[in-house]
Amino acid sequence: MKQLVKLSVASLLVVGALAVQAGTLADVQAKGNVTCGVSKGLAGFSAADSAGNWTGIDVDVCRAVAAAVLGDATAVTFVPLTAKERFTALQSGEIDMLSRNTTWTITRDASLGLNFAGVNYYDGQGFMVKSSLGISSAMELGGAAVCIQAGTTTELNLADWGKQNGIAYTSVVSDTNAQTRSNYDAGRCDVLTTDASGLYSIRAQTNDPSEHVVLPEIISKEPLGPVVRQGDDQWFNIVRWSLNAMITAEEIGVTSATVDVVTNNPERERLMGRSGNTHEHVGLSSDWTYNIIKQVGNYAESFERNIGLNTPIGIARGVNALWSNGGILYSPPFR
Amino acid sequence: MKQDNSILSFLNNNETRAIAFQVITLLIIAFVFYSGISNLIFNIEAREIHTGFAFLSNRAGFDINESMIAYTPEHSNLRVFYVGLINTLVVAVVGIIFATIIGFIIGIARLSNNWLISKLAAGYIELFRNIPILIQILIWYNMALLTLPSPRGSFNFFDSIFINKRGIYVPEPVIETGFVWVLIAVVLGIALTFLMKRHFKQKHSKTGVYTHTIGYSIGLIFGLPLVVFFLLGSPLHFDYPALTGFNFKGGRTFSPEFLALAVALSVYTATYIAEAIRSGIEAVDKGQKEAAAALGLTQTQSLKLVVLPQALRVAIPPTINQYLNLTKNSSLATAIGYPELMSAFGGTVLNQVGQAVEILGMTMAVYLVISLFISLLLNIVNKKMSIKGQ
Ligand SMILES: N[C@@H](CCC(=O)N[C@@H](CS)C(=O)NCC(=O)O)C(=O)O
Repeated sequence: MKQLVKLSVASLLVVGALAVQAGTLADVQAKGNVTCGVSKGLAGFSAADSAGNWTGIDVDVCRAVAAAVLGDATAVTFVPLTAKERFTALQSGEIDMLSRNTTWTITRDASLGLNFAGVNYYDGQGFMVKSSLGISSAMELGGAAVCIQAGTTTELNLADWGKQNGIAYTSVVSDTNAQTRSNYDAGRCDVLTTDASGLYSIRAQTNDPSEHVVLPEIISKEPLGPVVRQGDDQWFNIVRWSLNAMITAEEIGVTSATVDVVTNNPERERLMGRSGNTHEHVGLSSDWTYNIIKQVGNYAESFERNIGLNTPIGIARGVNALWSNGGILYSPPFR
Repeated sequence: MKQDNSILSFLNNNETRAIAFQVITLLIIAFVFYSGISNLIFNIEAREIHTGFAFLSNRAGFDINESMIAYTPEHSNLRVFYVGLINTLVVAVVGIIFATIIGFIIGIARLSNNWLISKLAAGYIELFRNIPILIQILIWYNMALLTLPSPRGSFNFFDSIFINKRGIYVPEPVIETGFVWVLIAVVLGIALTFLMKRHFKQKHSKTGVYTHTIGYSIGLIFGLPLVVFFLLGSPLHFDYPALTGFNFKGGRTFSPEFLALAVALSVYTATYIAEAIRSGIEAVDKGQKEAAAALGLTQTQSLKLVVLPQALRVAIPPTINQYLNLTKNSSLATAIGYPELMSAFGGTVLNQVGQAVEILGMTMAVYLVISLFISLLLNIVNKKMSIKGQ
């Protein structure tokens, strides 16, 4: 009988623990790290090296949040997810945030119980073929076999585009980027389609990038950004403004190297938490933005380090330049 | 037992106590389930995740490269469910047929008196049983992609069958009106063969004259439909695959994804079936074989008439269990993108719609129904066999 009482008490506790869910901020502070969902491997966005160190612009958003909340950009537990797994992992609480080249769409934002906290890369879907195919436009792709990743907006866009342009194709679907790439390499398909950023990243990893061409057509809008669970506004604000801090820092000209320099620019001092009380509004210590910029860097630093023109991936800023430089990257003010 | 201690004796009664414990356990389980589910509903509502089954009638919007029924992105998510379900059943049935054939051969080879054959069979079992099935699927798939030629350099068999990285292309029979009479002729031929065989059997037991019936059988089963076929002016033609642009068009395609999955499932499951057959044969008393030999039966006759019928009684139940395992393992296809139920519906639709509870519930229900169906089959087989055995 004693056994039984113990058992019922234990099961009550388990159920109770399930029912009570603290805010994500308190959770993260208690466990001492941010659990961040990233892609399984897309060089420049999120990829682990042989020593298990993660790098990439999506990874940097995770690190920025960890720096802001815990003062330590390395306090991140990365959870590599396929496109198919990512939303369930976030909904179920397995991860605290998702930063995995995820396109912001109305369906995802309004029906999955999730919120997009911003955009860290403006993208669009493109096509890549082997140069030997001698093709220069996606319009010549009728009848081709197309390699594509399951559970993505890519699948939906391709179907729309095929319908609109009367282009028939065979889709060859894989779960992971690795398999998609090896299918394309092996010639299972004639063309690979995904976000243009993904194409550049994949091309950089082939044996000879010059053997592959990215076709000029961009067939969709893919604003990629971090995602959190709906219903936790404080955490939403923290993720959104951690990203905004990186963008604003670029605009003001603060880098990881110059962050310690105190100036008489009020906006800069406010951003760095040396004046004003914006930190109180998000519920963090006053050095939260300082830690982001010091440890991760501003948006431009992250971009150039991971996918910029001096990296093998070699992407120009383009639309991802600041609004003041001809792009559309724009952060609301720190005020 | 004393009368005045009735309550105590009630409590001490083993049976009532057992029932009480069971009731309490049941209540606790019910409570945990109830709390779990209400907690789930609470969380879903708190996050305003869409619920319900309305998504089933929404446009799917994505393409599926391999389907037994007509499918375009304009079809509904429910249609994707059917496409996936049928693909699961197709690969399961194909896998079961080949796993049984391979398993049967390897199981018998394993017990062969020939040292080399027996060792080869043992090697096969050890090798393929000990490599995880997921890895085998990936190996077969990537091996096929790396070794087969591109569409332009396809292996060409008589200009009608082509093999390349994109799949195996075979001519597809196209049925015209009137073909149904040919099918009726086949059925009629089979029925007549039975009657004919019975006739000659009766004649055999009455007069002792034995008649070879094989010629008649062939005539009835193949000849009759052929005559009908030509009389009707060949109401069937073949659609041949041909290279146009990037790929082959026309005919029927078996994709590398399907083939890799079917091969991996067959080869892997065959190892278990082989072991079941072997243990079945080993379970047959040695005396039975000796008696068969004493009666003058040949090796083959003894195997066919004495050993196998008894061995199968032992071998069939575990074999049927393997059919179930094979069906469940087919869900690993998601790794290579064969659009079976788990991959097309439990994966892609789930990701596009986000309603994990409904979609995984439906997917699980399908596997549950398949499991229940197979165990029903198992029970029937068991019953049949045990009656025969007495
Ligand atoms: N932006 C699209 C596609 C994102 C996506 O999953 N892209 C693939 C192909 S580049 C990828 O990142 N794969 C990485 C991986 O599988 O780990 C979406 O949100 O649905």
